[in-house]
Formats: sequence, C-alpha cells, structure tokens
Amino acid sequence: MHEYSLIQSLVTRVEEEARRRGAIAVHALAVRVGELSGVDPELLRTAYETFRAGTVCERASLALTRVPASWSCPRCRRALARGAVLRCPHCDLPAELEPGSDALFLDRIEMEVP
Amino acid sequence: MCTTCGCGDPEIVPVALHEKILAGNDRAAAHNREHFLEQGVLALNLMGSPGSGKTAVLEATARAASSRGWRLGAVSADLATDNDARRLERAGIPSKAITTGQACHLDADLVHRSLHGFPWQATDVFFIENVGNLVCPAIYDLGQRANVVVLSITEGEDKPLKYPVMFKAADLVLLTKCDLAPHLEVDLRAIHDAISRVMPRPQVIEVSARTGQGLDGWIDWLDQLRRSVKRPSEARAHVHDHVHDHGEGHGHDHAATARPSPAKATGKRAAPAGAARRARPTGTKASARGRAKHRRR
Repeated sequence: MHEYSLIQSLVTRVEEEARRRGAIAVHALAVRVGELSGVDPELLRTAYETFRAGTVCERASLALTRVPASWSCPRCRRALARGAVLRCPHCDLPAELEPGSDALFLDRIEMEVP
Repeated sequence: MCTTCGCGDPEIVPVALHEKILAGNDRAAAHNREHFLEQGVLALNLMGSPGSGKTAVLEATARAASSRGWRLGAVSADLATDNDARRLERAGIPSKAITTGQACHLDADLVHRSLHGFPWQATDVFFIENVGNLVCPAIYDLGQRANVVVLSITEGEDKPLKYPVMFKAADLVLLTKCDLAPHLEVDLRAIHDAISRVMPRPQVIEVSARTGQGLDGWIDWLDQLRRSVKRPSEARAHVHDHVHDHGEGHGHDHAATARPSPAKATGKRAAPAGAARRARPTGTKASARGRAKHRRR
C-alpha cells in the first residue's frame, strides 16, 4: 500500500505549486499511470479520496489516465505480443519499454488564481 | 483576475507539469548515489518476498567472500524487530536495522537517515536489504548501483509473471534455495522462462545459501560491479559539507590518497550487462534538493 505515500507526495507538490502561484483553490489534477508503474489506479484514487481532506486538494477532482504497457524492438520498432519473451524474434535484441508504460506523472493542475 | 472580459472573477489557470510523482524521492536517491560513489562503495538494493532468503544469502555471501577481503556492511529493513540485522552481525557483516513501522518499502530518505551513525564509508560492498515485499519497493530508487531480486524456487514458477514491475526493475535475479529442487515439483526452466517474459535482459544466478551452490558466480558478479565503482583515490580531493533538515549534518574531508588504489582488474568478462545498462547518471553536481547544501573545492 504505497499508494498513500504517493498521494502524500502528490498533494505536497500541488500545495507547493499553488503557493508559488498564489492560487486560492485547486480545481483539478491530471495524473498518468502506466500499467508497469507499480501503482493500482483504483487504490491510488481511494488513497486520494482519503488523504485530500483538509488539504488544498480538498475540492479538486482527480483524472487518472491509464497507459497500457507495451514492449517493442529498439531496431525494427515492431511491438512484441503481450506476454511474449522480451526479445525481438526478428532482430534478436532485448525489447524496450514504450514511453508511458511505467509512467507515474503529475501532468496538470488546474488552479484558481485571484 | 479574469483578463478576458475584466469581470473581476478569479481565473482558472491550467498548469502543465508532466513531472514524476516520485521526483522528490529521485532527488534524495541521487544524493545517496553521490555519497556512495564518492566513497567508492558498491551499494546494492536487495529485494524479494518475505522468506525468499535475502538474509540467508547475505550470511552466505559473508562466508563466500571472506577470501576477497571485502569490507561488507548492511542496513536491513523490516516492519518490526532487528532480528535480521542481528543475524547479519553474527555472520560478520556490520549491520543496522531500519524499522519501518507500517511502511511496506524503503525510500531514499529512510536510507539516507539510516546512513547517519553507521560506518558505511568503511565498506566496499553495502547491502540495503529492503522490506520483504515483491510490490512496493520496486518503484523507489534508493541510490543503489544495482537492484538484486531474490526469488526462491519454492515461491512458484510463475511468480515473475505475477510481479512484472519488480522484475523489470531487477539487474540480477538470485534464484535461491536451489538445493531443494530435487525435493520439489518445480521446473527451474519454467522459472527462467517466466523471468525472460518480464526482464528484457535476464540475468539469473541459481544459488543455495545452505550448500554454497552458485555463490562463486554471485561473488564474481559483485566483483565485476565493484570494479565499475570509482574509488575515491581516483576522485578529486575535496571537502564535502552537508546540512540536513534532520539536524544531523555531516562533514567529511577526503583526500585523493585517502584509500589505496584498487587491485588491478584482471577479470576478462565485461561488467554485467544488466547492471551497466541501468547505470544511472551520476554527475558531480550536488543534489538539487534544497535541504542539502554541498560545498566543494
């Protein structure tokens, strides 16, 4: 259950940004969660609902974008089938993870500035 | 204020960040990594399920590496008790327990705090034995040179497929308790196959802490990696002062001649591919973290 500590980091970061910009409220957050990020999006949401009370995020919605994991060949760029051995059958090279597959990013904050 | 019509209403401002949620941990990890590299310490993050044999492997490592003359050290994390650290001490590895309470993983700050008051600088190989957990520790960089995942053959052949994030993060998998293979209905080939589906550059060493099987290969792997860690004798002499927000500042001088030159490398094998591949940038710039101030000359 590291989702709680992640939400703590997230809220701290949002508070810092809101303070820096003199925001009076935060309306929305957008977070990207890759399938191989090690985070369960539902648990992350539950942790957020629990943790945001009394913080600057109290009334901010959380939009979660899920990114499916995919591996591909660094040379021929062909995607590997899900569950396959992580080596390109054509080029015999170790596969690379496509960007976003393991992302855990705070993409956007919408805040109200006086 | 609204600048569109001048109505005086507050304005909604979208702020695009595209920033890692773990950016703070990554900065702390970079700080730890800088410490380890400056001192020529090979730091390893040892992860695996509870009962996979992490502590037993370290005890066996102390025995197997005794002829190498390495100075070993460890911090060992569990939710409660310092049993593992005491076991390691008995095995001849100076150790310190990190009791995490309810935390299911180590983060870079916890590791940093544990370094205070522990003579990690006087080690050649420093093990960070993570909390027994095949999920959460995988996403926290601690400042290690490499991640070692300990997987016992009793855990089930498809374990890697069930926990792909952990194995994606691994530089090496130590397959433990291999002496039990004849007594179990386990197909080691199936474990290797599963690993190759979650780890693009699979590196696996089969070991048994009890019989000593495979430990030579593990010690060789460590040795290769150790040679890739720059010794302080090769580094620039400098003074290094820190101020930390936990009030335990630590300054230390280290001259270019502080430690003897490393033994001449004689190994013919290249450094382990997995480890080299994941070598993280280790520039000499101080951590950007505001709470740590570095001064150099």
